[in-house]
Amino acid sequence: MAVTRFTTRSYPQDLRIFPSPAARISLVLLGALLLTFPLFMGTYGVFVACICGVSIISALGLNLLTGCTGLMSMGHAAFMGIGAYTAAILAARTGLPLIATLPLAGLAAALAGLIVGVPALRLKGLYLIVTTLAFQFIVEHVIYHWESLTQSDKGIALPSPDLFGFPLNSYQSYYYVILALAVAAAVFTKNLLMSRTGRAFVAIRDRDIAAEIIGIHMAKYKIMSFAISSFMAGVAGALYAYLLHLISPDHFTFNQSILYIAMIIVGGMGTVLGSILGAVFMVLLPEAINAVSGPLVSAYPDLAPRIGGLSVMVYGLIIIFFLLFEPLGLFGIWIRIKRYWKTWPYTY
Amino acid sequence: MGFLEIREISLHFKGIVALDRVSLNVEEGELVAVIGPNGAGKTCLLNCISGFYRPDGGNILFAGRDLAHWRPDQIAKLGISRTFQNVELFARMNVIDNMMLGRHHHFRHGFWHNALFGYRATEEAVHRRKVEEIIDFLEMERWRKHLVSSLPYGVQKRVELGRALVQEPRLLLLDEPMAGMNQEETEDIARFILDIHEELGTTIVMIEHDMDVVMDISKRICVLDFGRKIAEGTPGEVQKNLDVQKAYLGDDATTLLKKEGAG
Repeated sequence: MAVTRFTTRSYPQDLRIFPSPAARISLVLLGALLLTFPLFMGTYGVFVACICGVSIISALGLNLLTGCTGLMSMGHAAFMGIGAYTAAILAARTGLPLIATLPLAGLAAALAGLIVGVPALRLKGLYLIVTTLAFQFIVEHVIYHWESLTQSDKGIALPSPDLFGFPLNSYQSYYYVILALAVAAAVFTKNLLMSRTGRAFVAIRDRDIAAEIIGIHMAKYKIMSFAISSFMAGVAGALYAYLLHLISPDHFTFNQSILYIAMIIVGGMGTVLGSILGAVFMVLLPEAINAVSGPLVSAYPDLAPRIGGLSVMVYGLIIIFFLLFEPLGLFGIWIRIKRYWKTWPYTY
Repeated sequence: MGFLEIREISLHFKGIVALDRVSLNVEEGELVAVIGPNGAGKTCLLNCISGFYRPDGGNILFAGRDLAHWRPDQIAKLGISRTFQNVELFARMNVIDNMMLGRHHHFRHGFWHNALFGYRATEEAVHRRKVEEIIDFLEMERWRKHLVSSLPYGVQKRVELGRALVQEPRLLLLDEPMAGMNQEETEDIARFILDIHEELGTTIVMIEHDMDVVMDISKRICVLDFGRKIAEGTPGEVQKNLDVQKAYLGDDATTLLKKEGAG
């Protein structure tokens, strides 16, 4: 196998997302797997897949803001919360269908994003982190204490969603809605990143002075990044609300915001694939810990009260591991594996 | 009416006078050098033109427009591009991406088009062609897909020049394009600057410390010292100017030179 293949490609060919036939074939296989997934997995498996999908949409949003534009946000769960509560309140009180509540939830979150985005024009780094942190706590507080609207810790129950009269009353049917939206979100983000908008985001992240001098309107793109990111968080929050049928303030806490930051660090900052891998990894991790801890507890009953703390420790260790040894995250590992097989049996 | 008219601009930082009623006219198609000792206000002058600093007095007209209230990105769109003294590239991107960013304001498609059809990338290919032309022009083919941070300093400066060129500027501002370069790289850049000036017909305002280069390639020189313009003219005139000699060599040296001349 050739180590380096010198090929002549036209510019459009050079610009394709999936340049090789192998990549396209594996994409088709993955698509087939995802479409048939509910047929051979149990209800719980499909439920976990739904959570994965929601997390992917949300992580894509956060990665666009933090990974690509370089604006750190500690309030991502708050944006999800705004989306979830918008959808829940609209669905429970006015009976609006899913097709209307989802975009409205996104818009409500995007509006909040615009408001938080304005201080971001002047704040960078730590100062922005603290601002978004404050936003997170404000939203938590409002959700908890505006009882007439949110019913505080009693939570809001959502009716079962339907799409154009077709009831989505099982996880299996709802799975396809989430799958479609997750794919749409991934394509949307990939498109943005490959075009001038995405390049402008990255330019602002890397060197804002140079970005301005080549004609990038910094304020516009920073606000845009906040709005898109929070729109995606809002839609993800709404999907999450319908999935759980009941939402309460506990679902959108500061811990959740940290979890999303962990997703993009573990997955890979600033990449679409990284957001997906990171989200799936962080959702499956507690499942894996549960699977291990079951037999562990039955073997050593003394461990039972401490097993919860153990999972938090594993979380922390994994984040530290990635920060130290693989800053590019799972995406970096994936790239390395790909390169290894491309050039095999040579080392480079 | 001139192409670029700088009319008596002043700039103060608290008590420090960075620019004191500096005027300069540049005609379309000229190559003007701005020289002066360190801290003379040369970079401040460029920063005023490109909109990073707002002069407290006077105004700058470019092709008849007063630049007073324009943002840097709007000024870039008007057709003024520049390079920096310390390279300001996007270090984590490769050469092509850096230069594609230079095309930013030439793209017609906006956010929605990007988000929905980005993968078709038709417009992308058009701009890529322009980028490749400039890569050819500056002889950077072999670094195309290299990360900018992995390139030697001299090449990075060339990439930055390339990024300024793909913007298809009408006025190109160069802030010490030869700083920190060896003899060979300096000659290369000097040749490129002349090519840009002659083949592309771009108007250039250049700050440079390398006097050999300045005297060789510029038609007109403006000398700044402590924020004031102390001389302007052809290289020959400027070299003979006593104020300029004083600024560069100090009072004593000038008297020495005079004595030598007399003796």
